[in-house]
Amino acid sequence: MNLVDDRRPERRREALDLLDRLAASPESLRAERVGLTGAPGSGKSTLLDALTRLLRARGRTVGIVAVDPSSRLSGGALLGDRIRVRSQAGDPGTFFRSMAARDRLGGLADATVAGVEILAAAFDVVLVETVGVGQSESEIAEVADTVVFVAQPGAGDTLQFMKAGLLELPDLFVVNKADLGPVAERTASELEAGLALGARGAAGWQPPVLRVSARDGRGVDALLESLAAHRRHLEKTGELERRRFAGRLAFVRGALLRRYGTRGLEKLGGEAALRARVEAAGRISGHRLVEELGSGIEAAWREGGAR
Amino acid sequence: MPVSHVEDMETLFEGIPLDRMNTSMTINATAAWLLALYIATAERRGIPAAELRGTTQNDIIKEYLSRGTYIFPPEPSMRLISDMVAYTVDAVPHWNPINVCSYHLQEAGATPVQEIAYAMATAVAVLDAVRAREDVADEAMPRIAGRISFFLNSGIRFIEEVCKCRAMAELWDELLRDRYGVADERLRRFRYGVQVNSLGLTEAQPENNQIRIALEALGVTLSKKARCRALQLPAWNEALGLPRPWDQQWSLRIQQILAYETDILEYEDIFDGSHVVEARTREILEEARTELEKVLAMGGAVAAVENAYMKRQLVESHTRRMRAIEAGEITVVGLNAFTETEPSPLIAAGEQAILRVDAEAERAQVERLRAFRARRSAAEVEAALRNLRDVLAAGGNVMPPSIRAAHAGVTTGEWADTLRGLFGEYRAPTGVTVHEHHGTSPAMEAVRKRVRNVSERLGRPLRILVGKPGLDGHSNGAEQVAGAARDAGMEVVYEGIRLTPAEIAHSARDEGVHVIGLSILSGSHGVLVRDVLEELRKLGLGRIPVVVGGIIPEVDAEELRRAGVRRVYTPKDFDLPRILEEIVDVVEESAAVR
Repeated sequence: MNLVDDRRPERRREALDLLDRLAASPESLRAERVGLTGAPGSGKSTLLDALTRLLRARGRTVGIVAVDPSSRLSGGALLGDRIRVRSQAGDPGTFFRSMAARDRLGGLADATVAGVEILAAAFDVVLVETVGVGQSESEIAEVADTVVFVAQPGAGDTLQFMKAGLLELPDLFVVNKADLGPVAERTASELEAGLALGARGAAGWQPPVLRVSARDGRGVDALLESLAAHRRHLEKTGELERRRFAGRLAFVRGALLRRYGTRGLEKLGGEAALRARVEAAGRISGHRLVEELGSGIEAAWREGGAR
Repeated sequence: MPVSHVEDMETLFEGIPLDRMNTSMTINATAAWLLALYIATAERRGIPAAELRGTTQNDIIKEYLSRGTYIFPPEPSMRLISDMVAYTVDAVPHWNPINVCSYHLQEAGATPVQEIAYAMATAVAVLDAVRAREDVADEAMPRIAGRISFFLNSGIRFIEEVCKCRAMAELWDELLRDRYGVADERLRRFRYGVQVNSLGLTEAQPENNQIRIALEALGVTLSKKARCRALQLPAWNEALGLPRPWDQQWSLRIQQILAYETDILEYEDIFDGSHVVEARTREILEEARTELEKVLAMGGAVAAVENAYMKRQLVESHTRRMRAIEAGEITVVGLNAFTETEPSPLIAAGEQAILRVDAEAERAQVERLRAFRARRSAAEVEAALRNLRDVLAAGGNVMPPSIRAAHAGVTTGEWADTLRGLFGEYRAPTGVTVHEHHGTSPAMEAVRKRVRNVSERLGRPLRILVGKPGLDGHSNGAEQVAGAARDAGMEVVYEGIRLTPAEIAHSARDEGVHVIGLSILSGSHGVLVRDVLEELRKLGLGRIPVVVGGIIPEVDAEELRRAGVRRVYTPKDFDLPRILEEIVDVVEESAAVR
């Protein structure tokens, strides 16, 4: 995890080699990658902890990546403070890494994406937690097979979420704090109504709305069942492969755009060409692809003589 | 002292007549259990619970905000408190089941306004919870309200403290009358005890503390109408280590001089008619009322713990205070002004000037506990624990099954574990804010530059873990360092208080930190630091440099440095940018950069 975070050229080369090896490993394909997103205060961290405990109780190993915001002024960050409960220290079956968002406000730093790859090679389940503000919902889909949206009862964010058209993204909806009773039930009904309106289920999956109380553990096992059901659905329909490809494409595209802008993408031949390049690349890591395609763009620029 | 079971309690009160005693217990998360042990001890001597007098501190809110000895989440904790109130009102009618504490809030940085508002919010949370119970009759409410007492702090700005106490008495009277309909004026009296401020006592020129303590005592004794009922004074050398009996006697003498030599007890309230004191009192009262309303509007004290509002406000206030001391805007004699000094004969004794805890005590207690457990009836213990679990799960009152468990020989650990099983364990928000306090300071800008530079050479941003191992919940120092390190551009892993050495080491590994800062104020730095270093070595992380801050006598500091600790900081090191600068040095010195 330290290696893939390291920007020194020599270490960076080592990291790319490691990521390539992992990308081709069967373990990495097998691991279940679950993203949790939702507004601050929705109880994601508590839910994360409850999920981890239950997974451990069932003998599954769990790697966790949690993203915290960075200060824009100093570049510093406070990490891990949201975690109210922590599984037993010394349990080799869990690993917890905080990631600062760094220059990616609300998004995933490159090191975060790489971190997920590393943990996927070593743990049965990888949980990724982000603070849901805007783009992170869609970015989390780049690394997660299953996206879980955690709603805060009565907070009104659910409505905002629906307005923003983001209902299409999550595979599972969790109304946390179900112990609050009627308020939680109302939020759940709103979500269900909103989902019924949207034309989903093209891939044959109807996102469930689950009532969970991370506080007293109610509904956590049902959440685990739903995660397993979604995984089965992904594997049966071939959607898993499609998603991983789409995630890779989105990551590579995003990284190239940030570095070289739309002009850079044009140098590669535009969106369709990029897609073809990613498809043709086979199972090397997304980070390697970014490097290779990036060098291609730079070379083209040099030949062209001007930017 | 450790009280692990009913026989420990019997030993503690051997030769002391419980029916003629007034016993005060500084106990919180396990208050119900300690009261149960006390009742069981009395019953074994044939003294009915109804004859017992005393107080359990039992204010869990301030534990989340300052002192740190909470176990369970806020809601079940509040339920335990309301169970105790409901139980004692008839069964132990002379007992004060809760002593609402604003003392610890001031130690955590609270302004007078915050001290009043958050203490009142706590009292309201308790009274509201009790009033909502079906097993408490409406007629009992005035009596219950009348048994609630307070524990205050008093700082060096003692005129303001006079005003604070007067404002608080008035607000309490008003709350009980208007919110709880307490008609009897005597039941609305604001009863409070005080320990004066420790936060402002200095390690530098510690003899000055004796004068501070005497002045702080004036704040809670001068005004007859708002005079405390009980007063305890800290010792002059608290910032150096544990005080000896002589140091405590010297503090007691301050009180005796005040009471027997001065004339403060001879007059009616000397501030009556003072428009200056009256105006300041009004001002504090109004601001406190506004802040209290704010907390109540967000759902009360429990909600304001869970959403970290109150904790953040306290950390903010404390940060402002620390910045002001750094900048010289607040004068602390001997610390940031008038620092030149003749050698002090009082601390010349060095090692002898503080009390040392006998390391044997822990081993002996563990041995006694083992022997006790071997002796008791396992079947009775098992049945009592099952009963405790069943009653609590069914929503029953915690007291009767706890008293039964006390008689059966259940231990403190077993009682607490049973409740942990039902309620879970809680980690409170650390309150370290997103606000940046060092933004414009040139000293901080210099550190930031160095952090950027070292991060570049490290290949990734400098990561520090700020850890508080052990049981002390005094987190001011850790919070200030964590916040300032973030402001300096470091990525800071700070997960709050009461971590085990193993948890700290595992966190350091998972999070890939370059340096670890430990904060320990319990006096157990020797054992805890050794354990953390050992756990790090076990994980192959022996090369990660460790720095330590706390109340650490120089001899101990020397020992820590010999054990491999790179820097040791004590209360006289108040300049955070300088400390951070040194932490960057430590990282540079370590193998990581080379």
